[in-house]
Amino acid sequence: MGQHRYTLKTYGLELLLLGLAALWCVPFYYLSIVAVKPDMEVFTAPMSFPSEVRWDNFSRAWEGTAGVSLGTALANSIIVTVGSVALLIFFGSLTAYVISRNRQRLAGWLYTFFVVGIILPYQLAVVPLFSSMRSLGLVGNQIGLIVLYTGLFLPMAVFLYSGFVRALPVDYEEAAEVDGATRSRIFFRIVFPLLRPITATVAVMTGLLIWNDFFMQLIFLSGSQSPTLPVAIYGFVGEFTARWNMVFAAVLVSLVPILGFYLVAQRQLIQGFTGGVKS
Amino acid sequence: MSSSSRRARRQRAPLVWALPAVVVAFLFHYAAVAAGGWYAFTDWNGLTAPNYVGLANFRAILTNPDAVGALVNTLSLAIGFVIATNVIGLVLALVLNARLRSRFFLRSLFFAPVAISSLAIGYVWQFILEAQGPLNTLLGFVGLQSFQRVWTADPFFSLWSVWLVMVWQFAGLCMAFYLAGLQSIPVELNEAAAVDGASSWRRFRRITFPLLAPAATISISVTTILGLRAFDQVMSLTRGGPGYASETLTTQIYKQTFVFGNFGYGAAFALVLTFLVLAVSGAQILVLRARENRL
Repeated sequence: MGQHRYTLKTYGLELLLLGLAALWCVPFYYLSIVAVKPDMEVFTAPMSFPSEVRWDNFSRAWEGTAGVSLGTALANSIIVTVGSVALLIFFGSLTAYVISRNRQRLAGWLYTFFVVGIILPYQLAVVPLFSSMRSLGLVGNQIGLIVLYTGLFLPMAVFLYSGFVRALPVDYEEAAEVDGATRSRIFFRIVFPLLRPITATVAVMTGLLIWNDFFMQLIFLSGSQSPTLPVAIYGFVGEFTARWNMVFAAVLVSLVPILGFYLVAQRQLIQGFTGGVKS
Repeated sequence: MSSSSRRARRQRAPLVWALPAVVVAFLFHYAAVAAGGWYAFTDWNGLTAPNYVGLANFRAILTNPDAVGALVNTLSLAIGFVIATNVIGLVLALVLNARLRSRFFLRSLFFAPVAISSLAIGYVWQFILEAQGPLNTLLGFVGLQSFQRVWTADPFFSLWSVWLVMVWQFAGLCMAFYLAGLQSIPVELNEAAAVDGASSWRRFRRITFPLLAPAATISISVTTILGLRAFDQVMSLTRGGPGYASETLTTQIYKQTFVFGNFGYGAAFALVLTFLVLAVSGAQILVLRARENRL
């Protein structure tokens, strides 16, 4: 297929796709213009371009409602996501290393054990998890959510890391062993740095799934004074019914970190999702 | 490999290091799922001791039209979602695999909604679909006033509003799966066929499409699970309404358990969903794998 000339037909196709892309952007367009509309205009002219740009919508949304500011929610989301991802990287890489480098039959079974864990649906697990974590005081706070997400996404992290460790040559480890390095030193100083590409994929994938998850956060944080972003936004909408400019300002504030992140990390993200296609 | 280096490797990675992760995975996945399965056969209210009630929860689901409605909604939504996202995703992938100058920009644009909170996106769409919203304004503008309605509050269209938003959000994910599949097909195959005079449609039918089987397996399985588990979009667009018109199994699990305190009944919904997910994805993997193997 070397003869890829840019014909008139290709030009037409390109225009068609750009048109479709513009249609795809309609929600983003309304999100941006409504977020900066003056209060009255949301009702009088919801569709139109704002007559004046009200940046103070953001500061009003930032203050939030019922004593919960958007800043608090943002901080909570960051704490939960970063805490869970750090634990997932640590336990995921270590566990995958152990079961992929070990040749005992038990190691093979453990691999299957984790893969089946990915398939078992969390909707059925959530009821007993909620009741046992409630009795341990892990409901309504960030620590509980960090524990929960680490548990839920650990099989996926182990699975992603295992595929990578298997393809990693053992030469460096053997050389270090000859030099008399201890086992933990070999893992942390030699193996873990070599895992960097897959660590990036695991961090981006699990980080995004945790940041955007609503189901678990709604259940484990409802009524809490320290909600995460999705729970806070859910509450805002109840409070600011039909005040779309306030709702959209809050939504936009919650989306900006992710859109920025997406621009930087989309390659890892797409790889993380589609990694299974090539194997 | 010599037996001494094999022994060295075994020692390098002591299995006991995996113990914390094994315990956590056992508790959060195996034990919790088993306990959830047991609660489905009890009348537990989340506070007092549960009593075994046999199949009473499942009988209650099957004899309640609203609960059956949630089951039917879940299935219709999932089937419609899988078909639409995969068709759109495949077409986007074929078009954006080559030629177009803006292909890299367009790929990241169509994939972008996947990265965003479904809940947040649901609210933006609720605005677009509301009474005085952009969609109804557009319909009025082109003279289709009779089609105007509050889409998310309509007994029929509320579920399909959820469908529309989910398709918009995840078509780009299917596109990424099919693009990865297309990029793994050797260019020489298509070139050789072109030299032999095969038309582009014939090349697609005989070469590209069959070789996309692994990508299709993953894309269809992932979208099936996303479709069967629909929750965020329902909660932000319709909250299951009007009435029960857009309830799904997952919204019922949430409401029955955590709003009404019927832990046993909610667990029964979760078990139904679990069987559905396992049965559908198991059957799909068997059928799609068989198709892959025939090639």
